[in-house]
Amino acid sequence: MLKNVRKSLLALAIMAATAVAGQASAETLVNGAGATFPYPIYSKWFSEYAKVDPSVKFNYQSIGSGGGIKQITAQTVDFGASDKFLSDAELKAAPGKLIHIPTVMGAVVVIYNIPGVPKGLKLSSEDVADIFLGKITKWNDPKIANDNPGVKLPDQPIVVVHRSDGSGTTSIFTDYLSGVNADWKSKVGTGSSVKWPVGLGGKGNEGVAGQVKNTKYAIGYAELAYAFENKLTYATLKNRSGQFVEPSIKSTSAAAAAAAKQMPADYRISLVNQPGKEAYPIVGFTWLLVYEQQKDKAKGKKLVEFLEWSLHKGQKMASGLLYAPLPENVQKMVGKTIKTIKY
Amino acid sequence: MSDVTASHRWKIEKGLSGDFIFKAVTVLFAFSILVILMLMLYEMVSQSLPSLRKFGGHFITGMEWDAVQENFGALPFIYGSVVSSILALLLATPLAVGTALFITEIAPRRLGGFAASLVELLAAIPSVIYGLWGILIMTPWLQQTVQPLLQKYLGFLPFFDGPAYGVSMLAGVLILMIMVVPIITSITKEVLMAVPRSQREAAIALGATRWEMIRMAVLPYGKSGILGAVILGLGRAIGETMAVTMVIGNNPQISLSLFSPAYTMPSVIANEFAEASSPLHSAALMNIGLLLLVITLIINALARLLLWSMSRGAARGTKL
Repeated sequence: MLKNVRKSLLALAIMAATAVAGQASAETLVNGAGATFPYPIYSKWFSEYAKVDPSVKFNYQSIGSGGGIKQITAQTVDFGASDKFLSDAELKAAPGKLIHIPTVMGAVVVIYNIPGVPKGLKLSSEDVADIFLGKITKWNDPKIANDNPGVKLPDQPIVVVHRSDGSGTTSIFTDYLSGVNADWKSKVGTGSSVKWPVGLGGKGNEGVAGQVKNTKYAIGYAELAYAFENKLTYATLKNRSGQFVEPSIKSTSAAAAAAAKQMPADYRISLVNQPGKEAYPIVGFTWLLVYEQQKDKAKGKKLVEFLEWSLHKGQKMASGLLYAPLPENVQKMVGKTIKTIKY
Repeated sequence: MSDVTASHRWKIEKGLSGDFIFKAVTVLFAFSILVILMLMLYEMVSQSLPSLRKFGGHFITGMEWDAVQENFGALPFIYGSVVSSILALLLATPLAVGTALFITEIAPRRLGGFAASLVELLAAIPSVIYGLWGILIMTPWLQQTVQPLLQKYLGFLPFFDGPAYGVSMLAGVLILMIMVVPIITSITKEVLMAVPRSQREAAIALGATRWEMIRMAVLPYGKSGILGAVILGLGRAIGETMAVTMVIGNNPQISLSLFSPAYTMPSVIANEFAEASSPLHSAALMNIGLLLLVITLIINALARLLLWSMSRGAARGTKL
């Protein structure tokens, strides 16, 4: 009896061992880590790509941009992902040349809760900054009212809600505020977590959105996909050309298209406040970070193949998940950049 | 004869070697905990070195927390953690001791068992669930019902000042209270059940009412055990991250008002560590972790001291 059990256990062990070995020889495992914001589209891409090329398996951990940068710098992953581009110092800290590959774009929308005021409140960027600075404290401030003739704004204090966790959304939003308001730039600045002059901190998009929903006369910000999916009330913002633009996939892509002319070769560019009549002002790339010189030939080859695929087939899936696809002129540039990866 | 002693000695030697192995293994296990603690301490100190070097003691007294200007001070977080935990304990302890007394002394056995298992069920709920409940149900209730009432009748006190957002120190304290009550209750229950029957019978035989029996025989006997339960509750409260983060408002400020948002040490680490890319920012967060460890150690040491002096007092009391 015992002997039988032992025998079958042995058989099982052998089977397991061969199965693992078999898998290892057939599949290349490519590891990545980083930003949480693009995680839904990346996981969609990886699962779709598994059908295209079953011999490669992508494993992506959405641990945050900061973690992604640390891990790719330490070479513990094959690719990193980040919502913010690396500084010169961070690039120098990496053991090899890191390339930024923009994948999709996201936008941040300003959400609010004023009973009786539907979505589409018009806000100039200067006013948004002043609200988050605590300078404009009431909804019926003439600065807001002047942009919204006919809208009845209450004489109520504004409750500001912001993200408490470090996030790419905050990074893009504060970048935007720094661009439109000198006071913001000197007092607060740009970062994934900043020293907020006023307001309450909510954890995650859901924390901010929940707080805004629960609190009358609140204002906050959330990423576009989240705001659309949850049907939040969002504002129409005045862009650099003086036009009021509603946030959408189209107006997000328009911002990148407007930036294409001055696009640097390494794509390290902030897309907020781009000129262009249709450009929504709070927009940002999200990037994959890969080494120009791939260490592992097999992995490098698979990675490049995947990047090519994501640039063409993958882009078409973006808008379904409420990410803005790269505009055509940027796609062409990125295509050339992918070809420079050596393995 | 010599044969017998030989086999006897052999037996003893065998026993000794078994003892020796057992002893070695347990020492190794116990030692490994010490080693892990030391390694953690070393790692935390070395990781927070940039912050220790730059800010030194100012880190503890500093009020600013600015990741953009890289200026870090932890006082608002220390304040938030310590105050929220202590207030939560102040509210939770009477509630928990009362529940435990109900279970062990008042309730019929079946009902007591039922209540005890309910309490244990509460202890098993993951903290994120408490947090979700807190943000979806408790904070709107606080904002719309509790805070306006407090403001109306007690608004002259500085503790109930300012606008009602729902998320606040008050919300953090309440959620912590709910989370530590089951722990304190279940340990206190065990402590009270360990009070010898003879103590109770003696009190009743002297003509004590039930309340007098509890006050004179049960509580004094279980005093140090109950204090231990409270300390364990404090440990849980001060290290709690998720639920508190979701309801406390996450604003690093020091305000007397329970209505204003606050921030705790574990919360800021959880919130900012994943996205902290500058070395000094990571170091400052690690430094907060180190401070939290030190504060926990201090609290534990104080508790030990208190327990020790209490048990000495108790011993002296029995002598008299």
